[in-house]
Amino acid sequence: MSKEPVAVVGIGQTKHTAARRDVSIAGLVREAAVRALEDAELTWADIDAVVIGKAPDFFEGVMMPELYLADALGAVGKPMLRVHTAGSVGGSTALVAANLVAARVHRTVLTLAFEKQSESNAMWGLSLPVPFQQPLLAGAGGFFAPHVRAYMRRTGAPPAIGALVAYKDRRNALLNPYAHLHEQDLTLEKVQSSPMLWDPIRYSETCPSSDGACAMVLTDRTGASRAPRPPAWMHGGAMRSEPTLFAGKDCVSPRAGRDCAADVYRQAGITDPRREIDAIEMYVPFSWYEPMWLENLGFAAEGEGWKLTESGVTEIGGDLPVNPSGGVLSTNPIGASGMLRFAEAALQVRGRAGEHQVEGVRTALGHAYGGGSQFFAMWVVGAAPPST
Amino acid sequence: MRDVAIVAFGQSGTRRTSAEVSEVEMLMPVLHQVLGAVGLRAGEIDFTCSGSSDYLAGRAFSFTMALDGVGAWPPIAESHVEMDGAWALYEAWVKLLTGEADTALVYSYGKSSPGDLPEVLTRQLDPYYVAPLWPDSVSLAALQAQALIDAGDTDERALAEVAARGRNAAADNRHAQVTRSAPPGALLDAPYLVRPLRRHDCPPIGDGAAAVVLAAGDTARRLCARPAWIRGMDHRIEPHGLGVRDLTRSPSTRLAATRAGAFEAPVDLAELHAPFTSQEIILRRELELDDGVRLNPSGGAPAANPMMAAGLIRLGEAAAALHRGDADRALAHATSGPCLQQNLVAVLEGEAR
Repeated sequence: MSKEPVAVVGIGQTKHTAARRDVSIAGLVREAAVRALEDAELTWADIDAVVIGKAPDFFEGVMMPELYLADALGAVGKPMLRVHTAGSVGGSTALVAANLVAARVHRTVLTLAFEKQSESNAMWGLSLPVPFQQPLLAGAGGFFAPHVRAYMRRTGAPPAIGALVAYKDRRNALLNPYAHLHEQDLTLEKVQSSPMLWDPIRYSETCPSSDGACAMVLTDRTGASRAPRPPAWMHGGAMRSEPTLFAGKDCVSPRAGRDCAADVYRQAGITDPRREIDAIEMYVPFSWYEPMWLENLGFAAEGEGWKLTESGVTEIGGDLPVNPSGGVLSTNPIGASGMLRFAEAALQVRGRAGEHQVEGVRTALGHAYGGGSQFFAMWVVGAAPPST
Repeated sequence: MRDVAIVAFGQSGTRRTSAEVSEVEMLMPVLHQVLGAVGLRAGEIDFTCSGSSDYLAGRAFSFTMALDGVGAWPPIAESHVEMDGAWALYEAWVKLLTGEADTALVYSYGKSSPGDLPEVLTRQLDPYYVAPLWPDSVSLAALQAQALIDAGDTDERALAEVAARGRNAAADNRHAQVTRSAPPGALLDAPYLVRPLRRHDCPPIGDGAAAVVLAAGDTARRLCARPAWIRGMDHRIEPHGLGVRDLTRSPSTRLAATRAGAFEAPVDLAELHAPFTSQEIILRRELELDDGVRLNPSGGAPAANPMMAAGLIRLGEAAAALHRGDADRALAHATSGPCLQQNLVAVLEGEAR
């Protein structure tokens, strides 16, 4: 039995900021959902099911908030699923929704992910109490900084690479009206002289804490044929997980990430990702993760990722643009960040990314990760429908 | 639709406290039990999906500890819902329907004992207008029970009969937390907890874990002598605001059952997840379950109601009855949210003997 092809026909996101005090949680998710429906020129009645994702419930102080959000998302009388797979959740949520269409359980599904981080303090929310974690790990930066140092030592990458990524992504964000950070006056020197938070990660190389939501309408071939605008077609999707910490874990290039990428490339018929993928939206919460993931995802040989960054290949006008939207470094509502990557990849192949559109994108990769570099979700989308 | 079956089910005992074990330690014997039943290792399963709640665990990303216990190495295809395990089973079922996987491991667990569960559950409510009032889950269920009594659909004696039947049915269920009951008449001598509910109308608060293995087609036949085939499964949600719902009805259960094919042929067994006694009355009516249907032979929620696992246990108990040959067509139901806000219905069948 062959799967039903899945098309993205509607995409919506909120304006992301540090604190969306103008809307409730329900208002925030509805803003993104309404924009996705408008893009697809569909109404709530056209939606068969809703799949929602977010990171820990403690971030808003609401337990299983999908129960409260059923009305705002037009889910009453419909199936509603809530996914939580840590930072990768935005991607996982989209994949769970896509499976509903692929399995022909539903025709048209609304998928949405959000975080309203201003309701709490995300850094301390991510700092687990004793006895779950040893003390003195303040936030995700404290957890990931040693892995970045390991990457630098392993590859001999020059210390300046991180700042290049941050400067690029923050400049890209100026082209994205929805991005949280719009730092008009940012210079490379300012990035390099910003305060050191978790050596070697500086303030300007760190993701912000954002309020925001992202929504997509996924549908089958029939739905895609009626879509008013070009759809993005899903060519492959996969999730992989591995344990948090164990002897022999490669924290720099986790095997779960490599396996996940290999699975989506196989599904999409991609044998040379560097040549066959035109743009990447990858989950880079700290600048150095761009070169690290470029290697993990097979775009560069081991130890060579930083050279792509250094030579400008990943810039918006480069040969392999990475995070033309500005990425997680410019916008990070944690639960939504993964779906924003998936959605921005889809916008690129639909030619609807606006000022940050990369010319001629036919195939794009959306990537999300979470936990202790242990949960991965990815999809490859194309401008053309899948051949099989 | 691809043929997918529940081929193994396991559960821990449900206990009022389990301070001596972590969530992972509570779960691991159950995982070993179901994997042992089908002779597979965790790494040989195509897809893994779990359900649990950070609010019960008291820490963010609590499901990662369980995953470490599962042994996700080499890396596995895996997902998690912040819902009862019945919905994790639903996600895994859909994954198998796509053809991307032939086997799935589904598990869920919850420890309510470290906190005050009715107070914790107030955090599920609308955070702006309702949660600040801290209306606990027992009080909300009492509103529902009173509405049912006011409508003339039940009375306190009938509710006591529901509790007594469930707990007496659980006499042989070694996983149950509360077994055997005084006669319904004697139960009515107890004081109200929240009028019109007495203690027996409320589920015991307990810690527990459950797991099932799903398999498709010939793989299911190879792993299980009599697979519990999932003929249909659907779930629906209702408005969150109690004021806009008719609390004496459960249209989401009715719709889910219709979509799952529950009314296409009679069932001989039903496992309903009705945490409060009045909710069983509502569910039976919506599902058109008459006295000919064996209802909750496991005892149901009056006997054990481990948060996040109780719904999955309903599906597992129904499947296990089919595995044993105790039933041929069974209905299983799971609920989530205040006053039956969200409901899932599955129809399971064993092949003719």
